[in-house]
Amino acid sequence: MIRTPLRPLARILKARASGEDPDLIEQENLRLRREAARDSARGRAEGRLLALAVVFVAAFVVLGARMGLLAATSPVEVSRGLIEDISGARADIVDRNGRVLATNLATHALYAETRRMVDPARAAHELERIFPDIDGTRMAARFMDPNRRFIWIRAHLSPEQMQAVHDIGEPGLLFGPREMRLYPNGRMAAHVLGGASFGQQGVRAAEIIGVAGIEHYFEDRLRDPNQTDKPLQLSLDLSVQAAVTEVLEGGKRMLNARGATAVLMDVHTGEVISLVSLPDFDPNNRPAPPTEGEPADSPLFNRAVQGYYELGSVMKAFAVAQGLEQGTVTPETMIDTRGPLTFGRFRIRDFRNYGPQLSVKDVMVKSSNIGTARIMQPIGATAQREFLDRFGFLEPMHLELSEARRARPLLPPRWSELSVMTISYGHGLSTSPLALAAGYATLVNGGRKVAPTLLKQDQVQAGAQIISQRTSDQIKLMLHQVVQEGTASFARIPGYPVGGKTGSADIPNPHGGGYKKDAVLATFASVFPSHEPRYALVVTLDEPADTTGPEPRRTAGWTAVPVSAEITRRVAPLLGLRPIGLDVANARFQQGH
Amino acid sequence: MRSLLYLCTALAVIALAAWAYRENHLTQQAMNERRALEREIVLLDETISIQRAEWAYLNRPDRLRHLVDLNFADLRLVPITGAHFGEIGQIVYPLPAPRAEFSDTVEVFGAIEHLSAPSETSAMPDGDAP
Repeated sequence: MIRTPLRPLARILKARASGEDPDLIEQENLRLRREAARDSARGRAEGRLLALAVVFVAAFVVLGARMGLLAATSPVEVSRGLIEDISGARADIVDRNGRVLATNLATHALYAETRRMVDPARAAHELERIFPDIDGTRMAARFMDPNRRFIWIRAHLSPEQMQAVHDIGEPGLLFGPREMRLYPNGRMAAHVLGGASFGQQGVRAAEIIGVAGIEHYFEDRLRDPNQTDKPLQLSLDLSVQAAVTEVLEGGKRMLNARGATAVLMDVHTGEVISLVSLPDFDPNNRPAPPTEGEPADSPLFNRAVQGYYELGSVMKAFAVAQGLEQGTVTPETMIDTRGPLTFGRFRIRDFRNYGPQLSVKDVMVKSSNIGTARIMQPIGATAQREFLDRFGFLEPMHLELSEARRARPLLPPRWSELSVMTISYGHGLSTSPLALAAGYATLVNGGRKVAPTLLKQDQVQAGAQIISQRTSDQIKLMLHQVVQEGTASFARIPGYPVGGKTGSADIPNPHGGGYKKDAVLATFASVFPSHEPRYALVVTLDEPADTTGPEPRRTAGWTAVPVSAEITRRVAPLLGLRPIGLDVANARFQQGH
Repeated sequence: MRSLLYLCTALAVIALAAWAYRENHLTQQAMNERRALEREIVLLDETISIQRAEWAYLNRPDRLRHLVDLNFADLRLVPITGAHFGEIGQIVYPLPAPRAEFSDTVEVFGAIEHLSAPSETSAMPDGDAP
């Protein structure tokens, strides 16, 4: 910095020469210097004030924003089980009326910290007394192992067991809170619910993860922390499910069937009201997957969804529907049914000879293989394939179960003219009972495609129109006549007119090569009430035999139909259907045509 | 004048400090209370869920069926069938209520206007109007 002198010599000398007072110059310079100093000091002070003001404003803005944020957030409850980042919380599953199907129960897990144990030998001995499956000496050895500090003893305890462990008085035995998945209805709807098990475990909590069924399919939804207090509502009806299970179990036992399944579906919304597969299991204690034998014999196997079978004559309804839809036949068209129908070295026979010709209606009523094959023959493979594809028979049928994705239908490797004929009466193309129920729902609901669902729906599905209303009405009448005049006479229930079609399919030999002898898969696909169907019911029995007569009867008319009729009789009132006289139903059919 | 200003400022600072101290403690107290409430809510939630589970367990279809079988002699419960639905015509038309016979004098309490009100008299055409 250059300091300007207060008395610059040049100006002093000049002032002296002109007789002025040189002190004035000094005073003037002094004044200028002071002014400069004052200005710089003020500038610095102003800067500091500004900085301070900015800091204060910023602090207040931050505080204000935080307060505003706090005031704006909605109060949140702490959810139970949300400790240590591992959450055991899981939403409940309820049926369509809000009855609990699966819920969480708070229990405790038992663990040991060996370093805090006072008398490990006695503790092990006492534990053996409480839990018979614990080996006391081995447990004592584990307690006294110096390399171990921490041992899980039990995943969950009942309150009585917990009290008993408390009473041991061992400080090294500790309890950790645990959520446990509980299925209060036991085996009911086991195949839908699937089951759950523990995932990641901490001392204070453990994850619950779904391992099968809807628990696995909706894993993310059920564990979403924002939705754990909202139960997942299914379309199942627990009362109906209980009634169907009871009747089906009785039927399976009486007819000595290897397995049985029933699917009850709302034909308009596609809601699955009941889905039973026997044998079943207890989801609270899910058995391990089988390591030997046929997987289809395991109780874990869901026959209704995973079981793709050749279902036999029940598929005739689709062949006849296609004939009616394409206008190649009407219900009154006469079909040549002289048999056997030979095609190459393959012969198609009927259960018995039905005479030289039958009307299309009687082909359905009497269930003539030859007749159906003759109806389909002129329509051909491409059209048949396309028609069945529209019903969804060529793809795995979607349902909100993790198993549904794993099974797929078996299609003929080459869709030949022979395939056309065998598929028309239900051999050569495998279908699951669920897909069949959806197909029948579409046939009778006016022809709109139905996608089966396990979630409660508020409105009717607006599916694509697959067959016309007229064809749908004609099929409805034929199904009604099958029960009134044909192979399903046991399905006549007072008050509830039923329409349906039987199917007794040969079971392919599991070791390859043809079909099993004396073994059929009996199916009855029905709709009720037949004049304006609201529900479709498919009942399938695996290798049933009615042994009440002199010789065993295996056809669906003697096995699946009585079981299905009993289910309908029990379930229709539960579904809120009022009984109606047969004459009223017949009159409705008269009006419709 | 200036010392008065300083005094006021100092007093204000002391008052504010006291207030902030108090608020701090109130906040901590509120937070403790909140924690206690949360614990209680968690506990109650747990209790509710246990009760719900127990209710569902007690109402499981197997048990209800078993109870129905056990108590069949008393209750005679059977599965509902179509025969249990009734027609509206099957409902009996309500019979007229039996009229009480009065032979002796009847003691009546209350305001006299009510007894002579038109609705009362028309409801009892052959009653003894006062």
